[in-house]
Amino acid sequence: MSIPTLKKTALLAAGALVASLGVAQAQNKTLVYCSEGSPENFNPMINTTGTSLQASRPIYQGLTTFVNGTTNVGPALAEKWEVSADGLTYTFHLRRNAKWHSNKNFKPTHGFNADDVVFSFDRQANDANPYHKVTGGGYDYWNDMNMPKLLKSVTKVDDYTVKFTLNVPQAPFIANIAMPFASIQSKEYADVLLKMGKPELIDQDPIGTGPYEFVQYVKDATIRYKRFDGYYGPKAKIPNLVYSINKDAAVRLAKLRANECQISPFPSPADLPSIRADKNLQLLSQPGLNVGYLAFNTLKKPFDDPRVRIAINMAIDKKAILAAVYQGAGQVAKNLIPPTMWSYNDKVEDFKYDPAAAKKLLAEAGFPDGFETDLWAMPVQRPYNPDAKRIAELMQADLAKIGVKAKIVSYEWGEYRKRAQAGDHMMAQLGWSGDNGDPDNFFAVLASCAAAKSGSITKWCNKEYDDLITKAATISNVAERTKLYEQAQVVMHKDAPYLFIAHSVVFQPLRANVTGYKISAVGGNDFSEIDLK
Amino acid sequence: MLRYVLRRVMLVVPTFLGVTLLSFTLIHLVPGDPIEARVGERGIAPERLAALRHEFGYDQPIWQQFLDYLWQVLHGDLGVSLVTHRGVWAEFLMLFPATIELALCAISFAVLIGVPLGMIAGLRRGTAFDFGLIGVSVTGASMPIFWWGLMMILIFSVGLGWTPVSGRISDLFFIEPWSGFMTIDCWWAEDDGACRSTWSHLILPTIVLGTIPLANFARMTRSAMLEVLGEDYIRTARAKGLGSLRINVVHALRNALIPVVTVIGLSIGGLLGGAILTETIFAWPGIGHWIIESIQGRDYPVLQGGTLLVAVIVISVNLGVDMLYSVLNPRIRR
Repeated sequence: MSIPTLKKTALLAAGALVASLGVAQAQNKTLVYCSEGSPENFNPMINTTGTSLQASRPIYQGLTTFVNGTTNVGPALAEKWEVSADGLTYTFHLRRNAKWHSNKNFKPTHGFNADDVVFSFDRQANDANPYHKVTGGGYDYWNDMNMPKLLKSVTKVDDYTVKFTLNVPQAPFIANIAMPFASIQSKEYADVLLKMGKPELIDQDPIGTGPYEFVQYVKDATIRYKRFDGYYGPKAKIPNLVYSINKDAAVRLAKLRANECQISPFPSPADLPSIRADKNLQLLSQPGLNVGYLAFNTLKKPFDDPRVRIAINMAIDKKAILAAVYQGAGQVAKNLIPPTMWSYNDKVEDFKYDPAAAKKLLAEAGFPDGFETDLWAMPVQRPYNPDAKRIAELMQADLAKIGVKAKIVSYEWGEYRKRAQAGDHMMAQLGWSGDNGDPDNFFAVLASCAAAKSGSITKWCNKEYDDLITKAATISNVAERTKLYEQAQVVMHKDAPYLFIAHSVVFQPLRANVTGYKISAVGGNDFSEIDLK
Repeated sequence: MLRYVLRRVMLVVPTFLGVTLLSFTLIHLVPGDPIEARVGERGIAPERLAALRHEFGYDQPIWQQFLDYLWQVLHGDLGVSLVTHRGVWAEFLMLFPATIELALCAISFAVLIGVPLGMIAGLRRGTAFDFGLIGVSVTGASMPIFWWGLMMILIFSVGLGWTPVSGRISDLFFIEPWSGFMTIDCWWAEDDGACRSTWSHLILPTIVLGTIPLANFARMTRSAMLEVLGEDYIRTARAKGLGSLRINVVHALRNALIPVVTVIGLSIGGLLGGAILTETIFAWPGIGHWIIESIQGRDYPVLQGGTLLVAVIVISVNLGVDMLYSVLNPRIRR
């Protein structure tokens, strides 16, 4: 047989094999998820976008996890853990039956153990780790969650016990390590790739312990996974999982209607009524873990005076904004955290819409004729704020009634955040989506004195509030923490550094035959419990 | 001929430099940088921002950054994507077959339908067919691709269920990319179902991307035919008593095609522009989609490298058309 013929025969044979695989796949149950974008890579330690984190989610697990549909932290790769009395040492007892996935470069010789945990944290913490610089080496969440300052050491006690030592007690630590950035990678796989001279494959051809194994990624088109039969927990119900990548919301919805996919995230608000009316679809919803707000720059006159901030709070008709802009997909906010989160203080009474009283208060503060200010509106739609410019217009009209002339300002999104962070604004809209369901993730990130120097755009620093939330973060008793956070909300309300607009609702359209789906409280989807009728 | 070719190739060098400078400058004029594009609501500590900017070299003066980039490009290194951390060249090679496949289908569709229609309209000047074609082609040429694409999806995919909504192949088929051309890969895999799925996925994007060139080719062929039909040699041919088919196709159409070939060649650039929109609507995993994503993420290496590669393709195609044109019309060479 000549070489070209041989080559062709081999190719045809390979083709036939692939074809038979294709047929086999088509016959098995397949769940297609219409993803909204392409992942940057398959390493949640490095990624920051929801899209990328979602692509890694079926593959990897961390020591702890959020129980699906809630913000409660439960066991994952760690079966149980103990916290020392001083709150500085966390001892994790690892699961003995968790196995690693395999691929063409890697066949694991042993299951998950303490070495993998030490490696995964060392990769992020230690500049000298051979994997630290791989795939860009920007561990944004690791830095954002203050891990470099917080974590003193991670040590292996025995094969199935790991000890974490902190520099200061930190109650939200358990929730922090349930976040995707604290996922565990295989040390053995890392060693194999290093020997091959291809360390970057660890983040492109991922190996994890989760319910689905990675099969193939075709850039900007599809990501394929298959059920991992060695998974220690209940096996996933659907054997084949495909992410079909479609950036346009209208096209995603068209695919859902045509049954080309069965789950499609981020519907356009305008499509919600027609989705509800379609009997082939179901529309799930859940209050979002978020807040949309108007921040006063408390360092600038006249917003350094709490009376002015309260007057603005009383002058704006939030119910009208909710009706006109959120169109029912949200609820009026009065606190920084959403009502679904523990420690929400429902006793705080929201400022009543009362332009006359607002005008009076403004006069007391020395502005009987009002003043001129700017009012910033984001150029983009965010989960917590569907249309900042429209909201700004409604606010502008309300403010005019008490004599405040507001000029609406907007910039390109990156520029907007940069300038707001630098404190260029007087009043600016922004918001927050929670990472891990711990109140500290709102109270500290958005209003602590440390945040006033960087991320918080109110630049508000109140010692009484700061002491309360700092203390709350160091104790692990939830009842005690709740009390402190409730007090902190009262302090914040009195000083009114923010005007809280709304907590929005998250919507998820699905085909009517999808069962077992729960909207995740912290973003993303868990596909392992889903089935198709 | 060789001198002509050399002269044309020499002209490519300043064009190439101009494109590099322009793509670099335009991107840097847009506010925001790759690091800021990644920062969320949390903001970023000023020290960390400064450290990251230093690491990527964005704290250098802009001319220094340009010279570094040019030096790198001249050494054949287009850099690494800041988002995926994969090589720009490797990503381009991975995605380009999808764009070529779609562009070839669209061009073929436009030529095979547009040229005969234009020819018939030219031959039947002043008839209802002619006026109809002019009306339809003006509409076609001014069709906004985004709207047109969504309308086609709503009518044919969602309404009638005849064609798939988006993508290159049904998600249920698992074809290993071998050549990158799905029509070839499915044929190698001898999977009839996958091939049917591939071709059915090509229908709508081909029509949407091919509409504007089709309209242009039809109008161009029509006016070129009208011009040629008035020439003396056509009258001579008629006087000789040649059959009308021979006159219209061999004598008229062949000569009329000279300007049409130029228009076809020049439309490649426009087609790549149109591909950016078409690929976005139909979730077609080609370079258009890739470049759009890189703008949003301020992924400088991809944006600069991608623009440069597209420019190189357009320049090469135009060069090829010029050569072809000089073969078709030897007077040009002088």
